[in-house]
Amino acid sequence: MELICPAGTPSAFHEAVNAGADAVYCGFRDETNARNFPGLNFSRDELAQSIAYARSKEVMTFVAINTFMRAGKEALWYGAVDDAVRLGADALILADFGLMAYTAERHPQARLHVSVQASASNADAVNFLVEAFGAKRVVLPRILTIPDIAKLAKKISCEIEVFVFGGLCVMAEGRCSLSSYVTGKSPNMNGVCSPASHVHYRQDGKDLVSELGDFTINRFPAGEAAGYPTLCKGRFDVGDSSGYAFEDPASLDVMAHIDALREAGVSALKIEGRQRGKAYVAEVVSTLRKTLAAGPLERPALMSRLHLLSEGQRTTSGAYEKRWR
Amino acid sequence: MRIPPAMAAPFDFLPLFVIQRAVGLVFAQVMARHPALLDRLGDHGAKRYGFLPTDLPLSFVVEPSIPMISVLRRSVPVTTDAAIEGPLYLLLALLEGKYDADALFFSRDLSVTGDMEAMLALRNALDDCDIDLPLDLGAMAGPFGPLVTRAVGYVREQALLEEAPAWN
Repeated sequence: MELICPAGTPSAFHEAVNAGADAVYCGFRDETNARNFPGLNFSRDELAQSIAYARSKEVMTFVAINTFMRAGKEALWYGAVDDAVRLGADALILADFGLMAYTAERHPQARLHVSVQASASNADAVNFLVEAFGAKRVVLPRILTIPDIAKLAKKISCEIEVFVFGGLCVMAEGRCSLSSYVTGKSPNMNGVCSPASHVHYRQDGKDLVSELGDFTINRFPAGEAAGYPTLCKGRFDVGDSSGYAFEDPASLDVMAHIDALREAGVSALKIEGRQRGKAYVAEVVSTLRKTLAAGPLERPALMSRLHLLSEGQRTTSGAYEKRWR
Repeated sequence: MRIPPAMAAPFDFLPLFVIQRAVGLVFAQVMARHPALLDRLGDHGAKRYGFLPTDLPLSFVVEPSIPMISVLRRSVPVTTDAAIEGPLYLLLALLEGKYDADALFFSRDLSVTGDMEAMLALRNALDDCDIDLPLDLGAMAGPFGPLVTRAVGYVREQALLEEAPAWN
């Protein structure tokens, strides 16, 4: 199985390549990708240099152009596709059907991967994208169990990529409106979830209080590990109880199930984290590379290195091991 | 690794202009050797950033677009757009991209306040520009450059080694 690794900057890209990535995914410095954070992402020149470096190490580069086009502004997204192809990207990760159609028509030789943001999670949806636009791979939303993935793999005619480590969304990729509800901006349309421009932190005594827009998202007592200031990871008062109404602040880790994922028909394992620093990228990629080469008994010890790098310093297998159903 | 109070205490008495002069030289050197930092910062280059080491009686205010760094006594209130607070070695490690800022935030080793968009831009810009303090300091030491690079590199190595178990 391929190891698909994140890079938010050229420096992180180099770290990912050097740490053992089979492919590195990244995006342009604009709204066309779902990690449009300040100071992050690649200019055209930076992408060209990074692709050249990856090629010299026999590593592939995937370019994520995975937000949804705005009516009247399609040229931004079309231009991103044209440039990624021109610069030699090995695959384009797309979410918008209109952009997939444009790519299939203008660049039929380009390898098209269906972004997790497209929310293609059943055989009909995936096969439609394969037949209509020639998609070669689908990145599955994090809503399926491993048996679900195995059943799906038998019914579709393209490769499957799944997230195995990193930040975990509320499991409605491409359809989540929580950030948009509070801030007017979303990962789907603007490439930002809980944009930093709307985030505030303050100390209240020994508590760390995080706020998003006009909402208090969480209050962390001294000594408790903190999480991201996203609405889905907020701690709220609901009725008589107080707690995490949507999901706990924790990162995904399903590396204990890689044999089952392989047997289910998964071709590629993806690491989330384009917004993380190069130190994170180097540590996570090298650890996952070692874990892939290790036997099942050695894996937990290797992966335990990464707990402290995870949100809330905890990890979960999420929906892959859906115990609540 | 925190600076022991006995080592930090002299900074209370050392004339501020001496510290300002030394820190200013290092800052100018870093900015000159890493011009891409400003490009990645974009409009956020014009913001004022506070660096507040918890183990030193000093504050540092950086204005990248000028570029300028100001050193103040910790007792003097600073006005900044965004500020980051933590032990000095962690602030320096972040400067070099040796640690992941999100992980240090999760662990509560660092705290941030103010304009988070500006702080995020600075974090990402620093992470990309491959600052290497031993090399940058060595480059300003003339014939003593290799010696300075080795000495500063040794101190950095020891500090990182001391903290390494925290990541396991």
